Amino acid sequence: MAETHSLQDMRQQAAVAAKVFLQRDYTIGTVCQFQTKFPSELETRIDKQQFEETVRTLNNLYAEAEKLGSQSYIEGCLACLTAYTVFLCMETHYEKVLKKIAKYIQEQNDKIYAPRGLLLTDPIERGLRVIEVTIFEDRSLTR
Amino acid sequence: MKWDLAAFAQPLCQFLALELTPAIPVIGGVLFLFVLGTLLRTSFSDPGVLPRATPDEAADLERQIDVANGSTGYRPPPRTKEVVINGQTVKLKYCFTCKIFRPPRASHCSLCDNCVERFDHHCPWVGNCVGRRNYRFFYMFILSLSFLTIFIFAFVITHIILRSHQHGFLKALKESPARYPFTKIGLSAFIAATALTNSTVVVCFFSIWSIVGLSGFHTYLIGSNQTTNEDIKGSWSSKRGKDNHNPYSHGNIFTNCCAALCGPLPPSLIDRRGFIQSGTPQLAPPTNGITMYGATQSQQSHMAATIPLLQQQSSEPVILTTSPENGVSLPGRNSLTLSGPCSSLPFGQPTPPTSTPSLSCHEATDMLPIHGHSHTHTHNHSHPLQEPVAHHHYLTPEEVPSPPGMLPCGSPHSHTMQAGFYNPASQDSLHEDSVRGLVKLSSV
Repeated sequence: MAETHSLQDMRQQAAVAAKVFLQRDYTIGTVCQFQTKFPSELETRIDKQQFEETVRTLNNLYAEAEKLGSQSYIEGCLACLTAYTVFLCMETHYEKVLKKIAKYIQEQNDKIYAPRGLLLTDPIERGLRVIEVTIFEDRSLTR
Repeated sequence: MKWDLAAFAQPLCQFLALELTPAIPVIGGVLFLFVLGTLLRTSFSDPGVLPRATPDEAADLERQIDVANGSTGYRPPPRTKEVVINGQTVKLKYCFTCKIFRPPRASHCSLCDNCVERFDHHCPWVGNCVGRRNYRFFYMFILSLSFLTIFIFAFVITHIILRSHQHGFLKALKESPARYPFTKIGLSAFIAATALTNSTVVVCFFSIWSIVGLSGFHTYLIGSNQTTNEDIKGSWSSKRGKDNHNPYSHGNIFTNCCAALCGPLPPSLIDRRGFIQSGTPQLAPPTNGITMYGATQSQQSHMAATIPLLQQQSSEPVILTTSPENGVSLPGRNSLTLSGPCSSLPFGQPTPPTSTPSLSCHEATDMLPIHGHSHTHTHNHSHPLQEPVAHHHYLTPEEVPSPPGMLPCGSPHSHTMQAGFYNPASQDSLHEDSVRGLVKLSSV
């Protein structure tokens, strides 16, 4: 039972010890980027490199979503010409990348964070303001 | 009204179609539909509302600020953070209503009671804020409206000129809808239609100046990648400092235009169609933001309450949700009020005189039912409301204690419900709330 470490099990059994919030980094502009500063509360739980790698990948994905390139321009013009009805059929580039991000976070949670008693919340669920890291009680301490 | 419009437009179109080319009324029709489409899209899309912070986030921020300030007994001065963007120092302000540090270029709209990303302005004609997500629709609306106005003006003048060649100038003005006496509509229609022609010319003439001027202004803003807000405040003007420049500009006009008009359209951060669960203690992530747009575009010029909702406990199943973003379907209520100010003129041109009354208290009766909600407002809305307080006393209970958008919903059909859920029993609590709200405002 304890070996499965599934997220549902964690949520049901473990109590939330703390929540850490990684705020947005606006030094580049209004593009969605998060601060890569490693929070002190996570020092005991996870490797710094690993965590920063996750955040950096997320930042890159968000940058890709908002990238101004020929693809986004074509999509924008096409959408305008079709009076935006084209979005009834297909997703915007941004939405596609958001799906990719959701998958990435899910995968990271399953592989890396859940075994360590952590949970990353997708920033889109927090209005792209923060990356919320939930720290669950370390059950190994109670044993 | 409808027969008036038809009675006027039809002979005009026929005349022009016969005298010149049938393409003219067709183009006019297409332009008109385009204007209407962009208007609806601007009105009913989420401008880029930032959902309010969850309680955990807010607490975390408070803790950080306390650590930074050194906690003292009194309330610290307005919290700001400075950040350097592309060599320009930008101050990020803390929003007390939304409990977040506003991203750069975001601003809190007191009418909508929300922080909006890349806030341009709150447009009363459109009844919505203009922000990151609907700026392009707004721009296309005013641009196409300018073309439409010029188009109409040009062809009404042409019509008069062509008739005057036939009859003589003054007679042409009088006789413009020449077919009337022979239809069954009658003399009053004839007179009305003549007056309509002449008034159209006059209104077109004045509208052209204002609309074309506005389009020109926004073209300039797009070219320099500024918002109306920034331009008015002179945030990036060189008068402020020698090195003051716009950190968001891409350098050349073409890139700025493309970015503003054809750039990627971010999805809405708020859940506008979610149902409010009564009795839910904490938000589930997808329902982090539940918003309500003003049910009508023109009425809700103040009340465009796009407010992310965290929790709601009320027995009143009232929700007024707006149409989806593509603007295709409208809740029935919207289409009713759509015909309000905007149909006072043919071709649906919004005019200042008629739209201003819509900003006033007439729609109070519609607003009151929204009050049928509890005061489990965990947000202390201390954000100052300027004009709404002045003549909309009923705004305060809505906007201050609980956002107008906090409409609990018990049934899926609630979005078509009319304003009929005003609960007299809760009026006392409303009154209390409004008093509290006013007190809060005065303390800010």
